[in-house]
Amino acid sequence: MNQIFKMAIRNLMRYKRRTLLTAMLITMGILMVILFSGLAGSFTKMMIGHITDSNLAQMQIHKKGYISSIDSMPLNLNLSQTEYNTIEKILQNNPEVEAYAPRIKFSAMLSNYAETTNIRLNAVDPEKETMVCPDVENRMVFKDNVRKKIFVKPGEIIIPKNMAKGMNIKVGGPVVIVAQNRDGSINGLNFIVAAIIESVLGPQGKEGYIHINDARTLLRMEKSEVTEIAVRIKKFDKLNPVYAELKSSLLKFKNKKAGPIFEIHTWEKLSPFVNIAKMINLMTIFMKLIMIIIVLISILNIMMMSVYERVSEIGTMIALGTSPGKIMVLFISEGFFLGLISAVAGNVIGIAGLYLLNIFKIRFSFSRMDNLLLSPAININELFWLTAIVLLVSVFATLQPAYKASKMEPVDALRHV
Amino acid sequence: MALVQIENVSKTYQMGEIEVKALEDVSISIEEASFVSFVGPSGSGKTTILNLIGCLDKPTAGDVFVAGEHVNLLNRKHSAAFRGSVLGFIFQSFNLFPVLTAYENVEYPLVMIKNISQSIRSKAVQKVLKAVGIMEQKDKFPAQLSGGQKQRVAVARALVTQPKLVLADEPTANLDKKSAINVIQLMRSMRDEFGTTFIFSTHDPKIMEEAEVVFTLEDGMLLPGEESK
Repeated sequence: MNQIFKMAIRNLMRYKRRTLLTAMLITMGILMVILFSGLAGSFTKMMIGHITDSNLAQMQIHKKGYISSIDSMPLNLNLSQTEYNTIEKILQNNPEVEAYAPRIKFSAMLSNYAETTNIRLNAVDPEKETMVCPDVENRMVFKDNVRKKIFVKPGEIIIPKNMAKGMNIKVGGPVVIVAQNRDGSINGLNFIVAAIIESVLGPQGKEGYIHINDARTLLRMEKSEVTEIAVRIKKFDKLNPVYAELKSSLLKFKNKKAGPIFEIHTWEKLSPFVNIAKMINLMTIFMKLIMIIIVLISILNIMMMSVYERVSEIGTMIALGTSPGKIMVLFISEGFFLGLISAVAGNVIGIAGLYLLNIFKIRFSFSRMDNLLLSPAININELFWLTAIVLLVSVFATLQPAYKASKMEPVDALRHV
Repeated sequence: MALVQIENVSKTYQMGEIEVKALEDVSISIEEASFVSFVGPSGSGKTTILNLIGCLDKPTAGDVFVAGEHVNLLNRKHSAAFRGSVLGFIFQSFNLFPVLTAYENVEYPLVMIKNISQSIRSKAVQKVLKAVGIMEQKDKFPAQLSGGQKQRVAVARALVTQPKLVLADEPTANLDKKSAINVIQLMRSMRDEFGTTFIFSTHDPKIMEEAEVVFTLEDGMLLPGEESK
């Protein structure tokens, strides 16, 4: 086998310029995939982190049917105190759950005494909310830009930036919130604006925050109900297995019609960004496909040329008694080594490229988020699979020329000039 | 039985719609350790008969026996194995592998075909390289050797597996007169040293004079009167 590998490498070096050009082409393809994967992966990861850590949370648990009617923010699909306690027990017993927070969500009217508009309110326990969404405060602008230990206290409200601007509401200013509870009675409470919050994904955001106790007072809840429980787990990589585990635990609880009482969703079901993430993944796959085509065509081309140019040499090998299998292995080795050299070069240059991108710090804006810093990176598994794909495609591309070489008739091959 | 036994062999090639008779009803017999030449003008069938003896081609009719093996009946895989163990080849254009040194070219059949261990291989290669007088050039690549030196390497490669029979198709055609004579004399001395049978083709009268047995071919037919010296 050593002799075959030695001949394969020397044959590649024999046509230096051609080998170098082909290797460069494949290297460029790999570099392109690494840079794109690194940038796209970093963007997606950052956006998902931003969405889950500052707004949605990684998972949400509701009463069954809530998500399908979320647009009307129904109050009759709240979780009762008993149901909350049941879920709390499940969450506490799962070692992967880092934190959870109750939320009451409802729509209301906000007035600055001169104008009125509608607002969607998240009533939260600020301490628990910060554990579940640690970046939520990063979106808020407080008075004199000084952060508070607890971002919203009873009697305070945080209102969306656009709404504050449109209604000329300043931090520290008074507003009135009027809401209708699930029995139809209307109630109002005065609030002081504690902060202005920026929306995650765009100017359409109309979501404000109040303390959960204020929501209970405003909505005249006699018992401690919640609309949803936001959940954060210790390792985001384990989201799907933890989700499956929690789902199976929650599904054990049935209503009178034997249907499930609860529903649980990951951020993917709750945020439209998942479609952008899917599109980015699709583009990455497309990039990989382009790379595969580059490797396939360039290696097939160079190996076909190689076989054609070496017909007489192949004839000599056959005449001397070399088995067809060894001739095949020789040509496959040439394709394999060409792929290997290109993959190593592509990986090294790709990693160096990502390092440079990190040094030069790429910043960008997405929707209403400015000055976002990308940290392009690629994990070792992806590099491993990329290299494996290149090597597999290299061998695959060589099969036809190698087979052709091994099946040559010696008498015809020797006659070839 | 003779080392090579050819019985009523014919070979026809199909060139489009035209049938070309390369050999017609040829029967010959060649004994072991002989130094044989096929002579004749271009297109007389010299290469064809060497290809048939060398299991590189199959006859249209007749039988070819080499070293007791009915070689027409061998399949592709067994032909390759037979060539590797019984035959050696020397080509007109030397056909050395350009990416291997002279030493590695000679070593090639032992590594790729016979799978012989490094120590035995080394002794065998050095022995034939010394015998053909090319030891000093062993680390040179074919491109760095003269035509005569290349053909010496080719002779060494053909002999390194200790074949019973070496087939050489116009081995001197690409050499100057002096080198041509040197190569033929080298082949003959190798026959004397190793007892290997050599069969070569030529159309050069000076070269054919070196052969002990000469078969003359014309238009695919063997002319009567085997010339033995």
